[in-house]
Amino acid sequence: MVTDDELVTSLLAGDEACFAQVVDAWSPGMLRVARAFVATQESAAEVVQDAWLAVIEGIDRFESRSSLKTWVYRILVNTAKRRGTRESKVLPWSSVVPDSGPTVDPADFQGQGEPYPGHWRAFPQPWPTPEQHTLTRETAAHLRAAVDRLPERQRVVLVLRDVEGYEAEEVCSILEITPANQRVLLHRARTSVRQELAGYFESTEVTR
Amino acid sequence: MNCTEFVELVTAFLDGALPEEDEHRVTEHLSGCDGCTTYLAQFRTTVDQLGHLPEDDVLALPATTRDNLMAAFRRKGV
Repeated sequence: MVTDDELVTSLLAGDEACFAQVVDAWSPGMLRVARAFVATQESAAEVVQDAWLAVIEGIDRFESRSSLKTWVYRILVNTAKRRGTRESKVLPWSSVVPDSGPTVDPADFQGQGEPYPGHWRAFPQPWPTPEQHTLTRETAAHLRAAVDRLPERQRVVLVLRDVEGYEAEEVCSILEITPANQRVLLHRARTSVRQELAGYFESTEVTR
Repeated sequence: MNCTEFVELVTAFLDGALPEEDEHRVTEHLSGCDGCTTYLAQFRTTVDQLGHLPEDDVLALPATTRDNLMAAFRRKGV
Protein backbone atom coordinates (compact mmCIF):
# COMPACT_ATOMS: atom_id res chain seq x y z
CA MET A 1 0.00 0.00 0.00
CA VAL A 2 1.44 3.32 -1.12
CA THR A 3 1.12 6.13 1.41
CA ASP A 4 -0.28 9.53 0.51
CA ASP A 5 3.13 11.11 1.01
CA GLU A 6 4.74 8.73 -1.48
CA LEU A 7 1.89 9.26 -3.91
CA VAL A 8 2.13 13.04 -3.74
CA THR A 9 5.91 12.92 -4.07
CA SER A 10 5.61 10.78 -7.22
CA LEU A 11 2.92 13.01 -8.69
CA LEU A 12 4.94 16.16 -8.00
CA ALA A 13 7.93 14.49 -9.64
CA GLY A 14 5.83 14.01 -12.78
CA ASP A 15 5.58 10.21 -12.51
CA GLU A 16 3.15 9.47 -15.35
CA ALA A 17 2.64 5.79 -14.52
CA CYS A 18 1.68 6.77 -11.00
CA PHE A 19 -0.80 9.37 -12.25
CA ALA A 20 -2.32 6.88 -14.72
CA GLN A 21 -2.72 4.36 -11.91
CA VAL A 22 -4.51 6.80 -9.64
CA VAL A 23 -6.76 8.02 -12.45
CA ASP A 24 -7.73 4.46 -13.37
CA ALA A 25 -8.30 3.42 -9.78
CA TRP A 26 -10.36 6.40 -8.63
CA SER A 27 -12.28 7.49 -11.72
CA PRO A 28 -15.02 4.79 -11.57
CA GLY A 29 -16.05 5.87 -8.07
CA MET A 30 -15.73 9.53 -9.05
CA LEU A 31 -18.01 8.94 -12.04
CA ARG A 32 -20.67 7.44 -9.77
CA VAL A 33 -20.48 10.41 -7.43
CA ALA A 34 -20.50 12.92 -10.31
CA ARG A 35 -23.51 11.12 -11.75
CA ALA A 36 -25.38 11.96 -8.55
CA PHE A 37 -25.10 15.64 -9.51
CA VAL A 38 -25.51 15.74 -13.27
CA ALA A 39 -28.07 14.30 -15.64
CA THR A 40 -25.98 12.30 -18.07
CA GLN A 41 -23.02 9.99 -18.13
CA GLU A 42 -21.32 12.34 -20.60
CA SER A 43 -21.63 15.28 -18.21
CA ALA A 44 -20.33 13.09 -15.39
CA ALA A 45 -17.25 12.23 -17.46
CA GLU A 46 -16.66 15.93 -18.11
CA VAL A 47 -16.99 16.70 -14.41
CA VAL A 48 -14.45 14.01 -13.57
CA GLN A 49 -12.12 15.32 -16.28
CA ASP A 50 -12.37 18.89 -14.95
CA ALA A 51 -11.80 17.65 -11.42
CA TRP A 52 -8.62 15.81 -12.46
CA LEU A 53 -7.40 18.92 -14.31
CA ALA A 54 -7.94 20.93 -11.12
CA VAL A 55 -6.05 18.25 -9.20
CA ILE A 56 -3.12 18.50 -11.64
CA GLU A 57 -3.10 22.28 -11.23
CA GLY A 58 -3.44 22.19 -7.46
CA ILE A 59 -1.45 19.14 -6.38
CA ASP A 60 1.50 21.26 -5.23
CA ARG A 61 -0.87 23.02 -2.84
CA PHE A 62 -2.12 19.78 -1.27
CA GLU A 63 -1.64 19.79 2.48
CA SER A 64 -2.04 16.53 4.31
CA ARG A 65 -4.89 17.77 6.47
CA SER A 66 -7.08 15.14 4.85
CA SER A 67 -6.22 12.07 2.82
CA LEU A 68 -5.31 12.68 -0.81
CA LYS A 69 -8.45 10.84 -1.92
CA THR A 70 -10.71 12.95 0.29
CA TRP A 71 -9.05 16.07 -1.10
CA VAL A 72 -9.57 14.86 -4.69
CA TYR A 73 -13.22 14.03 -3.92
CA ARG A 74 -13.75 17.48 -2.43
CA ILE A 75 -12.49 19.01 -5.67
CA LEU A 76 -14.77 16.65 -7.58
CA VAL A 77 -17.80 17.62 -5.52
CA ASN A 78 -17.12 21.33 -5.93
CA THR A 79 -16.70 20.89 -9.67
CA ALA A 80 -19.89 18.84 -9.86
CA LYS A 81 -21.84 21.33 -7.73
CA ARG A 82 -21.03 24.16 -10.10
CA ARG A 83 -21.87 22.02 -13.09
CA GLY A 84 -25.01 20.52 -11.51
CA THR A 85 -26.33 23.94 -10.60
CA ARG A 86 -25.79 25.16 -14.13
CA GLU A 87 -27.67 22.22 -15.57
CA SER A 88 -30.68 22.11 -13.32
CA LYS A 89 -30.95 25.71 -12.07
CA VAL A 90 -31.45 24.51 -8.54
CA LEU A 91 -30.60 26.47 -5.44
CA PRO A 92 -26.99 26.27 -4.35
CA TRP A 93 -26.38 23.57 -1.77
CA SER A 94 -25.57 25.85 1.10
CA SER A 95 -28.82 27.76 0.80
CA VAL A 96 -31.04 24.73 1.17
CA VAL A 97 -32.11 23.96 4.70
CA PRO A 98 -32.58 20.22 5.13
CA ASP A 99 -36.22 19.24 5.21
CA SER A 100 -37.65 18.83 8.62
CA GLY A 101 -40.72 16.94 9.68
CA PRO A 102 -41.34 13.22 9.84
CA THR A 103 -39.60 11.00 7.28
CA VAL A 104 -42.28 8.30 7.37
CA ASP A 105 -45.87 9.13 6.40
CA PRO A 106 -47.72 9.92 9.66
CA ALA A 107 -50.72 8.05 8.21
CA ASP A 108 -48.74 4.82 8.70
CA PHE A 109 -49.13 5.29 12.45
CA GLN A 110 -52.15 5.38 14.73
CA GLY A 111 -53.34 8.80 15.76
CA GLN A 112 -54.75 10.19 18.96
CA GLY A 113 -57.99 8.41 19.88
CA GLU A 114 -56.82 5.13 18.44
CA PRO A 115 -55.73 2.28 20.73
CA TYR A 116 -51.96 2.80 20.32
CA PRO A 117 -51.13 6.36 19.23
CA GLY A 118 -47.70 6.59 17.60
CA HIS A 119 -47.57 2.88 16.82
CA TRP A 120 -47.84 1.17 13.46
CA ARG A 121 -51.33 1.09 12.01
CA ALA A 122 -50.27 -2.02 10.11
CA PHE A 123 -46.85 -3.60 10.46
CA PRO A 124 -44.53 -3.22 7.48
CA GLN A 125 -45.21 -6.17 5.20
CA PRO A 126 -42.42 -8.71 5.09
CA TRP A 127 -40.24 -8.67 2.00
CA PRO A 128 -39.26 -11.68 -0.05
CA THR A 129 -35.94 -12.94 1.26
CA PRO A 130 -33.52 -13.38 -1.60
CA GLU A 131 -30.14 -14.95 -1.14
CA GLN A 132 -28.05 -12.40 0.67
CA HIS A 133 -26.24 -9.95 -1.61
CA THR A 134 -28.09 -11.08 -4.70
CA LEU A 135 -30.30 -8.56 -6.39
CA THR A 136 -32.56 -9.42 -9.23
CA ARG A 137 -32.11 -7.25 -12.26
CA GLU A 138 -35.58 -5.81 -11.71
CA THR A 139 -35.02 -4.98 -8.06
CA ALA A 140 -31.73 -3.32 -8.95
CA ALA A 141 -33.50 -1.20 -11.56
CA HIS A 142 -36.09 -0.08 -9.02
CA LEU A 143 -33.40 0.66 -6.48
CA ARG A 144 -31.49 2.77 -8.97
CA ALA A 145 -34.62 4.64 -10.02
CA ALA A 146 -35.40 5.35 -6.37
CA VAL A 147 -31.92 6.81 -5.90
CA ASP A 148 -32.33 8.95 -9.03
CA ARG A 149 -35.56 10.44 -7.69
CA LEU A 150 -33.98 11.64 -4.43
CA PRO A 151 -33.29 15.35 -3.97
CA GLU A 152 -29.69 16.09 -4.92
CA ARG A 153 -28.16 16.53 -1.48
CA GLN A 154 -29.78 13.35 -0.18
CA ARG A 155 -28.69 11.44 -3.27
CA VAL A 156 -25.08 12.56 -3.01
CA VAL A 157 -24.81 11.63 0.67
CA LEU A 158 -26.48 8.27 0.06
CA VAL A 159 -24.22 7.46 -2.91
CA LEU A 160 -21.10 8.32 -0.92
CA ARG A 161 -22.16 6.43 2.21
CA ASP A 162 -24.10 3.43 0.97
CA VAL A 163 -23.04 2.90 -2.65
CA GLU A 164 -19.39 3.97 -2.35
CA GLY A 165 -19.03 2.89 1.26
CA TYR A 166 -17.43 5.97 2.80
CA GLU A 167 -17.55 6.48 6.55
CA ALA A 168 -19.70 9.27 7.97
CA GLU A 169 -16.62 11.28 8.90
CA GLU A 170 -15.19 11.13 5.38
CA VAL A 171 -18.48 12.19 3.83
CA CYS A 172 -18.62 15.21 6.14
CA SER A 173 -15.10 16.10 5.12
CA ILE A 174 -15.73 15.67 1.38
CA LEU A 175 -19.01 17.61 1.39
CA GLU A 176 -17.98 20.05 4.15
CA ILE A 177 -21.16 19.48 6.11
CA THR A 178 -21.73 18.80 9.80
CA PRO A 179 -22.21 15.26 11.15
CA ALA A 180 -25.78 16.13 12.15
CA ASN A 181 -26.57 17.39 8.65
CA GLN A 182 -24.98 14.35 7.07
CA ARG A 183 -27.11 12.04 9.19
CA VAL A 184 -30.36 13.90 8.49
CA LEU A 185 -29.75 13.78 4.73
CA LEU A 186 -28.73 10.13 4.80
CA HIS A 187 -31.67 9.14 6.95
CA ARG A 188 -34.21 10.87 4.74
CA ALA A 189 -32.63 9.32 1.66
CA ARG A 190 -32.60 5.79 3.10
CA THR A 191 -36.15 6.14 4.34
CA SER A 192 -37.38 7.15 0.87
CA VAL A 193 -35.51 4.33 -0.82
CA ARG A 194 -36.83 1.76 1.68
CA GLN A 195 -40.31 3.09 1.11
CA GLU A 196 -39.98 2.74 -2.67
CA LEU A 197 -38.64 -0.79 -2.33
CA ALA A 198 -41.54 -1.65 -0.02
CA GLY A 199 -44.00 -0.32 -2.58
CA TYR A 200 -42.33 -2.34 -5.29
CA PHE A 201 -42.34 -5.58 -3.29
CA GLU A 202 -45.98 -5.08 -2.28
CA SER A 203 -47.08 -4.44 -5.86
CA THR A 204 -45.29 -7.53 -7.16
CA GLU A 205 -46.86 -9.52 -4.32
CA VAL A 206 -50.30 -8.37 -5.42
CA THR A 207 -49.88 -9.20 -9.10
CA ARG A 208 -48.37 -12.61 -8.43
CA MET B 1 -40.60 5.14 22.96
CA ASN B 2 -43.21 4.72 20.27
CA CYS B 3 -42.80 3.69 16.64
CA THR B 4 -42.95 7.22 15.21
CA GLU B 5 -39.92 8.14 17.28
CA PHE B 6 -38.10 4.90 16.48
CA VAL B 7 -38.29 5.33 12.69
CA GLU B 8 -36.50 8.69 12.96
CA LEU B 9 -33.58 7.22 14.92
CA VAL B 10 -32.69 4.24 12.74
CA THR B 11 -29.72 5.77 10.91
CA ALA B 12 -28.26 7.23 14.10
CA PHE B 13 -28.81 3.84 15.78
CA LEU B 14 -27.05 1.96 12.97
CA ASP B 15 -24.16 4.46 13.06
CA GLY B 16 -23.82 3.92 16.81
CA ALA B 17 -24.30 7.67 17.16
CA LEU B 18 -27.07 7.68 19.74
CA PRO B 19 -26.46 8.74 23.34
CA GLU B 20 -26.37 5.66 25.55
CA GLU B 21 -29.76 6.37 27.07
CA ASP B 22 -31.48 6.67 23.67
CA GLU B 23 -29.76 3.55 22.44
CA HIS B 24 -31.11 1.71 25.45
CA ARG B 25 -34.62 3.01 24.73
CA VAL B 26 -34.32 1.89 21.12
CA THR B 27 -33.28 -1.66 21.99
CA GLU B 28 -35.99 -1.82 24.63
CA HIS B 29 -38.59 -0.72 22.07
CA LEU B 30 -37.31 -3.24 19.53
CA SER B 31 -37.57 -6.07 22.02
CA GLY B 32 -41.32 -5.50 22.22
CA CYS B 33 -42.22 -4.34 18.71
CA ASP B 34 -42.36 -6.72 15.75
CA GLY B 35 -43.27 -3.90 13.35
CA CYS B 36 -40.13 -1.91 14.13
CA THR B 37 -37.99 -5.06 14.12
CA THR B 38 -39.20 -5.71 10.57
CA TYR B 39 -38.68 -2.05 9.68
CA LEU B 40 -35.10 -2.11 10.97
CA ALA B 41 -34.36 -5.32 9.04
CA GLN B 42 -35.73 -3.78 5.85
CA PHE B 43 -33.72 -0.62 6.44
CA ARG B 44 -30.58 -2.76 6.79
CA THR B 45 -31.49 -4.72 3.65
CA THR B 46 -31.93 -1.47 1.74
CA VAL B 47 -28.51 -0.21 2.79
CA ASP B 48 -26.92 -3.57 2.03
CA GLN B 49 -28.47 -3.74 -1.43
CA LEU B 50 -27.33 -0.21 -2.24
CA GLY B 51 -23.81 -1.42 -1.58
CA HIS B 52 -24.26 -4.26 -4.06
CA LEU B 53 -25.81 -2.44 -6.99
CA PRO B 54 -24.40 -3.83 -10.20
CA GLU B 55 -22.90 -1.24 -12.54
CA ASP B 56 -25.37 0.04 -15.10
CA ASP B 57 -22.97 2.10 -17.15
CA VAL B 58 -19.45 1.52 -18.27
CA LEU B 59 -17.64 3.10 -15.39
CA ALA B 60 -14.43 4.08 -17.05
CA LEU B 61 -13.36 7.41 -18.46
CA PRO B 62 -13.60 7.64 -22.24
CA ALA B 63 -10.19 6.94 -23.79
CA THR B 64 -9.94 10.48 -25.19
CA THR B 65 -10.59 11.96 -21.75
CA ARG B 66 -7.90 9.79 -20.26
CA ASP B 67 -5.48 10.85 -23.04
CA ASN B 68 -6.29 14.52 -22.37
CA LEU B 69 -5.55 14.06 -18.69
CA MET B 70 -2.25 12.31 -19.34
CA ALA B 71 -1.28 15.12 -21.74
CA ALA B 72 -2.21 17.77 -19.17
CA PHE B 73 -0.18 15.96 -16.53
CA ARG B 74 2.81 15.80 -18.86
CA ARG B 75 2.56 19.53 -19.64
CA LYS B 76 2.40 20.40 -15.97
CA GLY B 77 5.44 18.25 -15.28
CA VAL B 78 7.63 20.17 -17.75
